[in-house]
Formats: sequence, structure tokens, C-alpha cells
Amino acid sequence: MLDLREYSSLGGALRVALERWPDEICLIEADRERENCRLTYRQFKEKALPLARALQDAGLGAGTRTAIIMTNQSKWLISAYAIFHCGGVLVPLDYKLTPREHLQLLAHSHAEFLIIEYHLWRAVTQEPGFSNLQTKTVVVTEAPANTELRGAKRWEEFRGEREPVFIERKRSDWACIVYSSGTGGRPKGCVMTHENYLEQCRTLASLFSFWPGVRYLSILPTNHAIDFMIGFIGPFVCGATVVHLRTLRPEFIREAFTRYKITYITVVPMILKNLERGLRERFAALPPGRRKMLDRLIAANRALTRGRPRLWLSRLLLRSIHQAFGGNLRAMFVGGAFTEPATLQFLYDLGIPVGNGYGLTEAGTVITVNDFKPFRADTVGKALPGTEVRIVNPGADGVGEVAARGKTIMSHYLDDPEMTAATIVDGWLMTGDLGKMDPSGHLQLLGRKKNMIVTEGGKNVYPEDIENAFDSLNVKEFCVFAANFIWPQRTMTGEQLVLVARVDDAAQTSSELRSQITERNRQLPDFKRISGYFLWTRDFPRTASMKIKRDALAAEVRAETDRSAIILL
Amino acid sequence: MDEVMQLAAGHFKVPRAELAPGDDFFKKLGIDSLQALTLLSRIENHFHIELPDYELQGVTDFCTLAARIHARL
Repeated sequence: MLDLREYSSLGGALRVALERWPDEICLIEADRERENCRLTYRQFKEKALPLARALQDAGLGAGTRTAIIMTNQSKWLISAYAIFHCGGVLVPLDYKLTPREHLQLLAHSHAEFLIIEYHLWRAVTQEPGFSNLQTKTVVVTEAPANTELRGAKRWEEFRGEREPVFIERKRSDWACIVYSSGTGGRPKGCVMTHENYLEQCRTLASLFSFWPGVRYLSILPTNHAIDFMIGFIGPFVCGATVVHLRTLRPEFIREAFTRYKITYITVVPMILKNLERGLRERFAALPPGRRKMLDRLIAANRALTRGRPRLWLSRLLLRSIHQAFGGNLRAMFVGGAFTEPATLQFLYDLGIPVGNGYGLTEAGTVITVNDFKPFRADTVGKALPGTEVRIVNPGADGVGEVAARGKTIMSHYLDDPEMTAATIVDGWLMTGDLGKMDPSGHLQLLGRKKNMIVTEGGKNVYPEDIENAFDSLNVKEFCVFAANFIWPQRTMTGEQLVLVARVDDAAQTSSELRSQITERNRQLPDFKRISGYFLWTRDFPRTASMKIKRDALAAEVRAETDRSAIILL
Repeated sequence: MDEVMQLAAGHFKVPRAELAPGDDFFKKLGIDSLQALTLLSRIENHFHIELPDYELQGVTDFCTLAARIHARL
């Protein structure tokens, strides 16, 4: 691994990595059973540098903001490196946002360049607000021949002739602007510095080793903070291989494990639960004798790995299970949302340790992680070396708001000093999550203080971001809340959004309102939908500028009703 | 459309008669987005087309799904 203390920027470290391991495989891109490409570090460089030169010739220089909107694939990484080589600031946008949201975030970030996949670009150009797009250079990947690209250039042909100039950046310079929320409310563009990433990478690599020959299966989009770190920066500065799979279909993920002899993978809780379900079904289908034998082997593995993982032993005892994962799997990582301890324990008992962590976009990748010494399914692990975690204003039960401080915490929110000041207090990142610390320094998460939910798919959903979907609803006023924000619960699972509808007479409200809400709800992506609504007959409290006082409204509702008021959709 | 609903009914083991074109299949079938993706391979084999995962993005009912498939036939 490169000694990251010697580098001042991601571009600088990655540039040396490309020279250090020229003949190692750095990227494999697979789609279903096909392999689209396989590149050594040398070949990666040969693809990235002409792109960097073309970007430079088009005006991309130090600090130029450049967005990438792409699914999980090799061109994402090649493009990102080219941007860093030129000294640019990367704006990784979630490709699953709507075209309207893409346009809003491109405008908010002031991205001057955009690198985007063809099908996503086509959708953006069909959006009514497209004519207002200020981005001056757009480069589109995988566009069919003879297609009108509305002024964009083709990635495959966008190549400069001469060697690009490497632009070095300081540690305190911006590396990325990463959005932790959508657009309907107040976009949260987390400004991350090169120092944030270099320190995060150094710390994580000290806990989980990567080296040439390690193969990391990347199935999460690289705009996701975890995949950006563990599926790009981390493997590259260690000379390891990233295997991109352009589908999330379980049958192809299974196949990729064995075909590519995967060492590590990162998943979201939803995938982990699906994996658990599939394994349990397979175990249940075994003949009684074999099932009994398997149960005994699992019990033996559990007893022998209580103190720490013993991979060789688990692979010996539970050979067929480990073979199904390719035989080389050392650990899985899970993040993006809360994971059920039972799922983590189930996999650990099979000899598959899952690095369960806790993080926020605002904190880079993670602030705590399970270090397996010993494995604890009931917590999200200990603070990473170099990161301090404390509980602010704990109650008698020790539960309070989790705060974190360290070199991995973002610089600020883009163009929002007010929100920055409310979130970073005296150098501490106030997470808005509730938790408590046990005597051994393990953090347990127990709910949220903030008005938002996180889905099992790892999506953060802020109520303000979906409210415009319910505009023109035939009510006096309305507001969307995370149900747990109104009625706090000590849980991080099963979070739901609810809509409060202000009506004149709750008794007379017709089924028409229900169908109006249902119809609008269905326009939203599945993970952003509300679960139900309830009726409210008093005016919403508002500020002088007529904004709804959400905290006050939640308190009023809490004082008068409970969850039984929710009309489920 | 009918073929798509037939495939979905067979794949998720629900009676075909219970499905309607406008149904929100996540809700009706009680599935998550990952489970919905497993239907794509079945559709690909049946219609002899290739459907990238992103074609399912934002799709929640059989009607829209059928339209996406039709565009690729």
C-alpha cells in the first residue's frame, strides 16, 4: 500500500499507484455473464490520460467542478481519475435521481463539466428545465452511433493528443462535493477535502488489508461514499483489483463470486437480507440428515470463532458454503443503513464476517466499524482510529445524540453557512442520530433525532424532498414527516414517512383525498413513498416568512395523537 | 402486457387473476426492488431481449414495464 501520509491529494496518490503496479489488473467490468473489459494499471492510465488531456484542453483546471452521473462501471473510475489528474473537483451524483433532480443539483453545484451515460443524458435533455443547463461541456458515454447528442461530446472519442499536465492540490483543497440529500428541500452538498479522503483511506486500510491480488466486487454505485472509498480509492492505492458488475441481479452476483474469486464486497442491508433469505431457504430444503450435520458444523464454527474470525477453519468446516462464495471471500462490508443484528450474526456463524459500520456522507465513509475483535452484531463497532465519537446530552439511559470529530469530517455544506453552523458545532459533527456507547467503546444506534429516514437500500430520504410530489393536493396545507420524528422510537429499522393533511373537518374528508394521495405517491420512486397519512384540523404553526415550523407541528401532533391516527395506504 | 403479468404471476407464485395492469407490483407482490430485478432475467429469456437494470428504475406498475419492454422489441 502507498504511504498516504506522503501525498497531498487523491490525484497525486492515484497517479503514483498507476505507476507502482503497471502489470497488475486494476479493473474488470462484467455485465451478466459477459466481461466487458479488463485493464491493468498501465492500461487504465492509457485510457485516462487522453481523457484528462481533452478535459484540460476544454478548460478543466484546478478547482473546476465536474459531475459524473453513471451507473456502476469502469468509465466512472477512469473519468474520476482524469478529473483528479487535472486538479478538478468531482461532483458524484446519484444516477437514480430523476432528470429534474439531476438538473437541480448540476445547477446547485455549479458544475462546469458533466460526464454522463447516454440513457441518462437522453432523459436529462427531455426534461423541461434542460434549456437552463449551465454546464459548458458534456461528455456522454456509450452513445449509439449517429445519435444527436444535443451538443455533448462522445466519451469514446473525446481524447487529447498530448500528455496532460498533472495539477497537484493541497490537502485542504476540495476533492468532491457529495450530496447527502435531494433537491425538494435544501440540497446538502458536502464539501470533502483531499485530507478527508486520504485520512479515511489510511485508517480503513489499517483495519482491512488490501494488496495486489485482492479482488473487490463493486455492485454499489460509485457515487455512494462507501463504494467511492472501498471500491475505488482503497483498492487502487494498494494495487488491488476492482470488479464492477453492472447488474444487481442475485444470480449474476452469485456467479461473479465464483468466477472472479472475490475477496471483499460491500452491500446494503437489503442485499444482505436477500442473501440471508436465500441461504436459509437452501438450508431448509436439505434432507434432514444433511441439515442436522450442517447445523452441527455451524454450531462448531460459532463456538470456535467466538473470539475472532478464523477464516481457514470456517472454510474447512463449512466448505460448500464458502465454495459458493468463490472460496476467497474474507469479509463483507455493509453500510448505508442499519442492519439487523440477527442477519449479521447468521452470516458470522457461517464464517463470513460482515464489517458493520456507521457513517454519514458528512463524515466521509464511516466513523465507527466493527473490528471483529471480537465480532459484535449488536453494535456498529468502535470509533475509527483518529476519529472521536461522543454522546451529547445523554439521558439516564445513556442515550443521546451521536457526535463525531476528526480529520474525515467534511469541510462544510456548499453555499450554506447556516446549515453548516448547525451541523458542525465546535468542530463536532452533530449526526442527528441517537445512540449510546458501551463500556468497551462500541456504539449502539437507537433511533434518530432528525426528520429523515434511511431505507434498507441505503437511501436517505428527507421529507422536504418529496413534498412537491403532493402539490395541488386538495387540502388546506400539508407536511411530510418521518413517523419516528413525531413519535420517537428506539429503533433504526422499519422507518416510514407520513403525511399530515390539514383539513376543515376530519369527519367529512372523503375517500377522494385518499385516492389523490395514492395517485401522487405512486409518482415517487418506491423508496421515497409515504406509508400513510393522517388528518389535522388546526392551522400549522409557521414562521414570519410563512415556513412551516416542523418541530413545533411535530410536538403538537405528538401531544394529541399517536400512531393509530395514521391511515395506511 | 398480458405476457408480462403472466410471467410475474409465475415468477412470484401468485394467481394471474389477482394482477391488474395498473397494479403497483411492489405493493401487490410484497417485494423489494432487488426481488423485482429477478423478474428481469425471466422477461429477457421470454422476449429474447436485453433489459439493463436501469430500465426498471422508476417503474412500479405492469403497464409501464410492458411499455419499456415493447420499446426494446
